[in-house]
Amino acid sequence: MRVLMFGWEFPPVVSGGLGTACYGITKALTGLGNHVLFVMPRIELSCPFPLLTLISASDILNAASEREKPLPEDSLLPLPLQNAPLILRPYQRAGQGGGGPPDFSDWPAESYLAAGEGYGVDLFAEVRRYGEAGGLIAARETFDVIHGHDWMTVPACIAARQASGRPFILHIHSLEYDRSGEEIDEGIFELERLGMEAADRIIAVSHYTKKAIVSRYGIDPGKIFVVYNAMSQREAGETYRTLKDRDNKVVLFMGRITFQKGPDYFIDAAARVLKEMPEVTFIMAGSGDMMPRMVERVAELKIGKRVHFTGFLQGSQVEEAMTLADLYVMPSVSEPFGLAPLEAMMYDVPVIISRQSGVSEVLKHALKVDFWDVDEMANKMIAVLKYPSLAGELVERAREELKNLRWEKAALKILEVYNSDSKSEMISRRQGRGDAGVLSIRRGAADDANEDSALILNRNKVS
Amino acid sequence: MLAICLYFQVHQPCRLKRYTAFDIGRDHDYEDREENRRLLEKVAGRCYLPANALLLNLIRKYEGRFRVAFSISGVLLDQLTAYRPDVLESFQGLGETGCVEFLNETYYHSLSFLFSKDEFCAQVGRHRRKVKELFGQDGKTFRFTELIYSNDLAREAESLGYEVILAEGAEVLLGDRSPNRVYRASGNGGGDENDNGARAGRIKVLLRNYRLSDDISFRFSNRDWREYPLTAEKYAHWIHGENGAGKVINLFMDYETFGEHQWAETGVFRFLEKLPGEILKHRDFVFATPAEIARTVEPGDSIDVPELSSWADTERDLTAWQGNSLQQDAAGTLYGLERAVKACKDADLLDSWRKLQTSDHFYYMCTKWFADGDVHKYFNPYPSPYDAYINYMNILDDLSKQVTKEKRS
Repeated sequence: MRVLMFGWEFPPVVSGGLGTACYGITKALTGLGNHVLFVMPRIELSCPFPLLTLISASDILNAASEREKPLPEDSLLPLPLQNAPLILRPYQRAGQGGGGPPDFSDWPAESYLAAGEGYGVDLFAEVRRYGEAGGLIAARETFDVIHGHDWMTVPACIAARQASGRPFILHIHSLEYDRSGEEIDEGIFELERLGMEAADRIIAVSHYTKKAIVSRYGIDPGKIFVVYNAMSQREAGETYRTLKDRDNKVVLFMGRITFQKGPDYFIDAAARVLKEMPEVTFIMAGSGDMMPRMVERVAELKIGKRVHFTGFLQGSQVEEAMTLADLYVMPSVSEPFGLAPLEAMMYDVPVIISRQSGVSEVLKHALKVDFWDVDEMANKMIAVLKYPSLAGELVERAREELKNLRWEKAALKILEVYNSDSKSEMISRRQGRGDAGVLSIRRGAADDANEDSALILNRNKVS
Repeated sequence: MLAICLYFQVHQPCRLKRYTAFDIGRDHDYEDREENRRLLEKVAGRCYLPANALLLNLIRKYEGRFRVAFSISGVLLDQLTAYRPDVLESFQGLGETGCVEFLNETYYHSLSFLFSKDEFCAQVGRHRRKVKELFGQDGKTFRFTELIYSNDLAREAESLGYEVILAEGAEVLLGDRSPNRVYRASGNGGGDENDNGARAGRIKVLLRNYRLSDDISFRFSNRDWREYPLTAEKYAHWIHGENGAGKVINLFMDYETFGEHQWAETGVFRFLEKLPGEILKHRDFVFATPAEIARTVEPGDSIDVPELSSWADTERDLTAWQGNSLQQDAAGTLYGLERAVKACKDADLLDSWRKLQTSDHFYYMCTKWFADGDVHKYFNPYPSPYDAYINYMNILDDLSKQVTKEKRS
């Protein structure tokens, strides 16, 4: 199978879980013998593995002949996107606006989303330019299916679908409601809704996300399939040296310091822990628009001595923080999946995760809390730090658990979604005729047909 | 002649309240009384009262030919005394028929034998006295928590004066021998050889026929089971099919099977109501209690069980309570406090410490999720075994601080 895939980031250039997930998915899909043409806004690297072709949208658009063409997909865009230039709320951009924390300019991971770094003046303009390229690439390449990741790729996917007539699968890694709570950006919301309406099928990274897609965007649950993220096994097999200090326990938060990630709940819980265990150190690794407020909050609570802000970490710095940590906490307010705790588990760090996350659907051997229950979060932090058997059991069981979270499994499910085309159409046709016999007929058929019906049954069950 | 031995385990733990790190040193009351009372009311209404009434009718109807045995844990007897004396009276009413035997166990439904022989003996003695006081019976039969059994345990029970002990009829104990015979505990398994030869190995052992027992307690309402629906006629037919292949069929199960684990709607009470009549249709079959069997049936072989076994899960071992590091840490810490707690001579502290010994607390911490996991989950009031452990350890931390404080003062 040939897949035309539209992504926004790809390692080594990542700002969060999206790039990591795209890497895992494409690697597993190609590993199963499928060709993936992966389109990115811009490319600075060569292809990391066989059967993967990386295509740069900006190269396509920079070819003079293409530039002359009109923009056919404009009409598809929601109103706010049609009239550039647009004012954007920089949802992932840290430290903008008045005052601001120290110097965040050396965080290369955010460059794609940052203004003035070669990708157009703002994100929407960039999304639109990327969309233009989508149609052109689709006309040029041959492929069986279009697979786009998150709202930024929606115009490109729709254009590619128009140009090729191939089915369009939209993979939702996160929603505007996850990132911004109730104060959503209407333009992004509209684009998400439009993309999900237009998509032939949707992949959601969790049931948590599927539910939100149905309730917030009014999308037909029958076309949404849940495929969980996974963890790269190559990395999971490695063992890491540990820098843990028995007497100085370290609790780690690692992620963007934004509304979505719940940094304020982490700090409030830290203050509660410090009342009982004054020697614990808390590290907040990451950056984001809530950072100034968090620094202030720490000062207010007079716990600055025990809470350290490191800024955005990458590469060996991440490894170092993980090897130092006695506990990793992901207090997210709304997390469609959440790969970071899996990464912590790979470093043999016990984790506490928010129940408002997709990853909590797959992890059994993690402690879970409601993000708003600060007392319980603190109670569990204290327990992990105080009772070594607890940390030991969590780590040991997590090792087994990680072995089952393989990208190959996710890729197989994605292939099922690619191939589920005929039956979803068939079902809607049959249902239209009031013929309910379709499932029982198919159940008796060959093996793959049985799997199909299992998929259908599964879907019916959750919806 | 083949004796049907029906024994029901009756137990409700003292559940603990939510207890966080911030309660340590501030709150010394650990029980969730409201929840314990709520669950007791529920199980009394669904199971204890209707099942007792049914059994009383059956005993009267068959005029002594229908007989059963109960083991009621001390923690439940205390809860019944406090909250539902009427239920306790209905058990006493059953006792007055003369057709019901009450067994002895550890008062706190504990694992104490594994950690402290002193504590074990103290709890057995207390339960024996309580049973005598409430039901007027001298205990002849002993069963340990969750049918845990080993040679050592049998020897200990024998030295405490018991004539018969119950165990799981699993392959690990029996090999390919039948559970439908009466066995003698092995005299092997450590200790002084002469001593063993002289006095050990006299206690009799009754082994649970787990296939026939679980047909009722686990499979009764399972629609995917090939034998569903199970009728008293069919079941009695199976029982009668065992004729000539032994002396006794031991049907041991939780009393809560009736009305709680298997809801009334499944027809489990109607099944129980018809069962004695169906079984007694065959003249070679009688009902008898464990002590009666011990008096009348002479054992053949002995069984040799050097390692501890239980009736739990597919492994029939102790991993449901002591299988992971959380459970081992919790129990180790708890029994590590024994000497200090007892030195305090404080009745409340001792009672708190003993209530924490109830095996259910450790069962909640079981991380064996798969295969057997469903059953564990069903009985677990905590969202995860980790939550169970954290709550328990916080309480234990407080108890330990109290003990240290008393010691100093």
